[in-house]
Amino acid sequence: MSTATGARLVDFDDALTRYEPVIGLETHVELGTASKMFCGCATTFGAEPNTQTCPVCLGLPGSLPVANAAALEATIRIGLALGCRIATWSRFARKNYFYPDIPKGYQISQYDEPLCTAGHLDVEVDGETYRVEIERVHLEEDTGKNLHVGGSTGRIHGAEYSAVDFNRAGIPLVEIVTRPIPGAGAKAPEVARAYVTELREILLALGVSEVRMEQGNLRSDVNTSLAPIGSLEWGTRTETKNVNSLRAVERAVRHEIRRQAGVLDGGGRVLQETRHFHEDTGSTSPGRSKEEATDYRYFPEPDLVPVAPDAEWVEKLAAELPELPAARRARLQEEWGLSATEMAWIANAGAVDLVAGTVAAGASPADARKWWLGELARRANDAGVELAELPVTPRQVAELTALVAAGTVNDQLARQALDGVLAGEGDPARVVEARGLAVMGESDELVAAVEAAIAGAPDVVAKVQGGKVQALGALVGAVMKTTRGKADAATVKRMLEERVLGG
Amino acid sequence: MSTSVPNSDLTGVDAVELGRRLAAGELSSVELTRAYLDRIAAEDEVLGAYLHVDAEAALARAGEIDAARAAGEELGPLAGLPVALKDVFVTEGVPTTSGSRILEGWRPPYDATVAARLKDAGTVLLGKTNMDEFAMGSSTENSAYRPARNPWDTDRIPGGSSGGSSAAVAGSLAPWALGTDTGGSIRQPAAVTGLVGHKPTYGSVSRYGLIAFSSSLDQAGPMARTVLDAAVLHEAIGGHDPRDSTSIDAAMPVLTEAARRGAEGDLSGLRVGVVRELGGEGHTDGYEPGVLARVAETVALLESMGAEVREVSCPSFDLALPAYYLIAPSEASSNLARFDGMRFGLRVGDDGTRSVDEVMALTREAGFGPEVKRRIILGTYALSAGYYDAYYGQAQKVRTLISRDFTAAFDDVDVLVSPTTPTVAFPLGARVDDPLAMYAADLCTLPASLAGLPAISVPVGLSEGLPVGFQVMAPALADDRCYRVAAAVEAALADARGHRFLDELARRAAAA
Repeated sequence: MSTATGARLVDFDDALTRYEPVIGLETHVELGTASKMFCGCATTFGAEPNTQTCPVCLGLPGSLPVANAAALEATIRIGLALGCRIATWSRFARKNYFYPDIPKGYQISQYDEPLCTAGHLDVEVDGETYRVEIERVHLEEDTGKNLHVGGSTGRIHGAEYSAVDFNRAGIPLVEIVTRPIPGAGAKAPEVARAYVTELREILLALGVSEVRMEQGNLRSDVNTSLAPIGSLEWGTRTETKNVNSLRAVERAVRHEIRRQAGVLDGGGRVLQETRHFHEDTGSTSPGRSKEEATDYRYFPEPDLVPVAPDAEWVEKLAAELPELPAARRARLQEEWGLSATEMAWIANAGAVDLVAGTVAAGASPADARKWWLGELARRANDAGVELAELPVTPRQVAELTALVAAGTVNDQLARQALDGVLAGEGDPARVVEARGLAVMGESDELVAAVEAAIAGAPDVVAKVQGGKVQALGALVGAVMKTTRGKADAATVKRMLEERVLGG
Repeated sequence: MSTSVPNSDLTGVDAVELGRRLAAGELSSVELTRAYLDRIAAEDEVLGAYLHVDAEAALARAGEIDAARAAGEELGPLAGLPVALKDVFVTEGVPTTSGSRILEGWRPPYDATVAARLKDAGTVLLGKTNMDEFAMGSSTENSAYRPARNPWDTDRIPGGSSGGSSAAVAGSLAPWALGTDTGGSIRQPAAVTGLVGHKPTYGSVSRYGLIAFSSSLDQAGPMARTVLDAAVLHEAIGGHDPRDSTSIDAAMPVLTEAARRGAEGDLSGLRVGVVRELGGEGHTDGYEPGVLARVAETVALLESMGAEVREVSCPSFDLALPAYYLIAPSEASSNLARFDGMRFGLRVGDDGTRSVDEVMALTREAGFGPEVKRRIILGTYALSAGYYDAYYGQAQKVRTLISRDFTAAFDDVDVLVSPTTPTVAFPLGARVDDPLAMYAADLCTLPASLAGLPAISVPVGLSEGLPVGFQVMAPALADDRCYRVAAAVEAALADARGHRFLDELARRAAAA
C-alpha cells in the first residue's frame, strides 16, 4: 500500500529516537438494548436486510424520534465507570450531512452538551500505569450499512450497484472520546491497545454491550500524530478508521508512526486526513481529506426534549455499578496470592474470568492459573481460538485439578483426560473412566510389571545395587512404559527400591 | 368573482349540528358525504382546495359508519362526519405530497396520530387539501400543483399555507378541516376566508406524522365555521402522544365547555391586553385601516361584555419576523434533507452513470420549488460554521425575549388580542415576486408561534367586502381562554348581524 507522499516507512525504534507520538481514540460502542435508539425496532444482529425497520428509523416524512431510556441509562453507567461528570442537562443535536446510509439526512448525535465529560481510565503496560483522560461520552444513533455489490473490494469504488440495509440504522451508539495521550513514547501502540482492551472489559462488566469487535459492536478510530522530540507543539494528526480488532489498534498506531516519520524525515507535511486500516497488510491508506471536510451544521435536535438526569437517580446508578475490572483484578490478585506480573499475565491472556470460575469451582488458584496459562493456552494457540472459546468449562478444569490432587490421575493422564473433554466426551471423571486413565494402585498387574522390569535388566539392577541409585530411573521408565503411563511414578519407584535394595 | 351558493343546505350547516342530525338518524353519513363530494365536483376546479379526493373511498367509509349505526353500535359524536386534512399529514395508503413534486405519488405506510384519532372517531376522510409546498408560504401560491383560491373572491388568495383547508371549509367543500400552523398558517388563512382557526399550545397536539417544516414551531389545529366546531375538532385530535417527545403529558382543558360558556357573552373580570406593537399606536405601518377599525370595534365589544381592556407593550415583537425567518428555515434545511430520492418519492437522474451525490442533487433540484429552495439555502447558511452564533443563536435569544414579553404581559392580563393579519386577502400574484411582502402577512401571528402559545383567529366583520380576523392569544395550555373569548365575540356579532358570519358568503353567492 502506498503512503500519501510515497515516503518510505521508517523503522519503528528509529522513528522513536526522533519523534514523540501523541495518540487519541474515538471508540463507538453499539449498546445491547433490545430496541433501537429512537424507535421500537429490534436490534438482532444478522437479520435479513431491512426487516428491522419502521417509519422512524427509515426517516420517513412525518416520523419522530423518542429516546430509548435504557440507552440513556447505559450511557450514564459507562460515564460513571469511567469516572466522568454526568451532565445535569444534556441535549441531542443534529449532525447534518447527505449520505445514502443516513436516512434523515442528519444523524441524531450530541454536540456541545454530551451526557458525560471529564473522566479517565488507567491502563497498564509492562508494569507501568498510563492515565488516559476521557474527554466525553455521548449517545447517538448508528447509520445504515451500505452494501456495494460487484467489484473486488467491497468498497464503493468499482461496485456495480449499491444497496442499503437499514437494520443497523438507529441502533444506539455510544461514542467515547479520549483526550490526546502524550508521553507513551514507544509504548504508544501498546497503550492504545491496552486502552481499548480495558474499555472492552469495563463494557462487558457493565453488561451494556456484547462488545464483539468482529460484529462491529465496538469500533475504534485511532488518531496519531508525531512531533520532533522536544517540540512544544503537536504534529498534524491522522484519523485511522476501520480498526476492528485489538491487534489492529496496535498495528495501526505502529504503522502510522512509521509512515509519518518517513513523511517528516523527507521534509514532507503530514496531511490531516482520514485513513483506512488494512488488516491484511497492517498498513493504512488515505481516505477523505479533513481539509475539505463537511460542515455538519450542528444544532439542537428540536424533536427531542433535553435530557436532565436526576441527581438521585445518577447516585443510585453509581452505587449499583458492578465491581470494575481493575478493582476486581486487584482483589483477586490479593486473594490468590499472586504477584502483579502474574496477575497481568492472566489478564493479558483474557483468563481472569476463567481462572476465577475455576477457583470458584474448587481448584487452588495456583492450579487454575497453571492449567489456563499452560496447557489450555497452548491448545487455544494451536487451534487459533481465544481461551474462552475452548470447549471446556472452568468447572471441568477444576474437576481435572481435583483428580490430580486425589492421585486418581497424574499430570500426563490429566492431559489425556483433557483431550477427551475437548473432544466432547464429557466431564473429566467420565473421560478417565471411559478411557481407563486412572492411575494404577499396587495391584497384581503393577507388581508383575515391576518384577518383569527387574528381571529384564540385571545390569541396571547391579548398577543400582553397586551404589548408582539414580540408575533406578531406567527401571521406573520401563514400568511406566509397560503400564502406558497409568502407574504412579512415585509408587513405582518405592516398589522398585523395596525389591532391588531390599529397603 | 365568488363561487356558487351551496347547492344543498347541508353544506352550509355547522359540524356540531350535522353531528347531532347524524346521531339522531335524521341524516346518513353517505347522504352528507355525497353532498360535499358534489360541492367538490362542482367547485374545486375553480377553488383548488384539494390535491386528492377519493370519492369512492369516502362513500364506502360513510357507508360503513351508517351500517355500524344501523347495527346499534356505540358511536362517538364525530362518527359519520366528513373531514378534510391538509396534505401535510401522512395518511396510510392515501397519497400525501406536502404540496411538493418531490413526494408526488407517495403513499405513506402509516397514519399521522391526528389522522388516526379522527379515523378512530369515525370521521370520513373527504380528501387532502392543497397547501404551500412544505407549508412555506402565506397564499398557497407556492403549491407545486396549483394555487388555491378564496371563496369570497376567487381572484384573491385563501391565505396559506393551509389555504386548501380554508378554501374547502369557507367554500363549503368540507364541514371542517385540519391545518398546521408554523408562523400563522392556520390563523392567517382562517382570517382571510372568514373562518375560525386555532393554533394550539406547542406540544398539546401530536406532531407524529406531520411532515415537518420547522419542528420547534409546527402545530396542527382545527379550521372550522364556528368556534364550537373548532373546539370539538381540537378535542378530538389533542392530548398526549408517546410517539412525539415534545408532546405535553397534561390534561387538556375542556375546550367545548369554554366555547359554550363564552357564547353566553359574559366576560366580566376578564383582563384583555391589546398589543401595541401589533397594529397599535406607532405600529400601524402596513395595516389596512379597515382591518384596524374592525379590531377596534371588537375590543370595544369585549369591554361592553365586561372585560377590562388595557394596552400592553411587547417591544421584542418587532423582532419576531427576522427571528422567525432564521429559525424556521434553519430547521427546514435539516428537516428537508431526507428528501434525497433514496427511499421514497421522486428520484431523478438514476441512469446508472451518475453518482449518488449527483442523483440526490438532481432530485432535489427538480423536486423542490423556488420558495423551498430559498429557505433551504437561507437555513443552511444560518446554521453554517462561523455564522451560527450570529444568526441561529441570535434568533434563539430573540425567541427567549419574545417569551419573556409574553410572560410579563400575562402577569397583568388573561389574554392578548390583535389583528390576525395586517390586511385582508390580497389578489393572487400580488406578492409572489416580493418574498418580504409575503412574509409580512404573518407579522401578527409570529410572536405566539415563537413562544409556543395558543392563539385563535375569529372573524369580526368585513373590510372592503373581505373578512377580517381577530386574534386572541393566551398563556401556554390556556387554550380554553382563546375559545371562550372567541365564542363571546362570535355570538355577540351574530346577534348584532342577525346571522352567522359565513352566511354572508352564501347570501352573496345567492345574490350573484
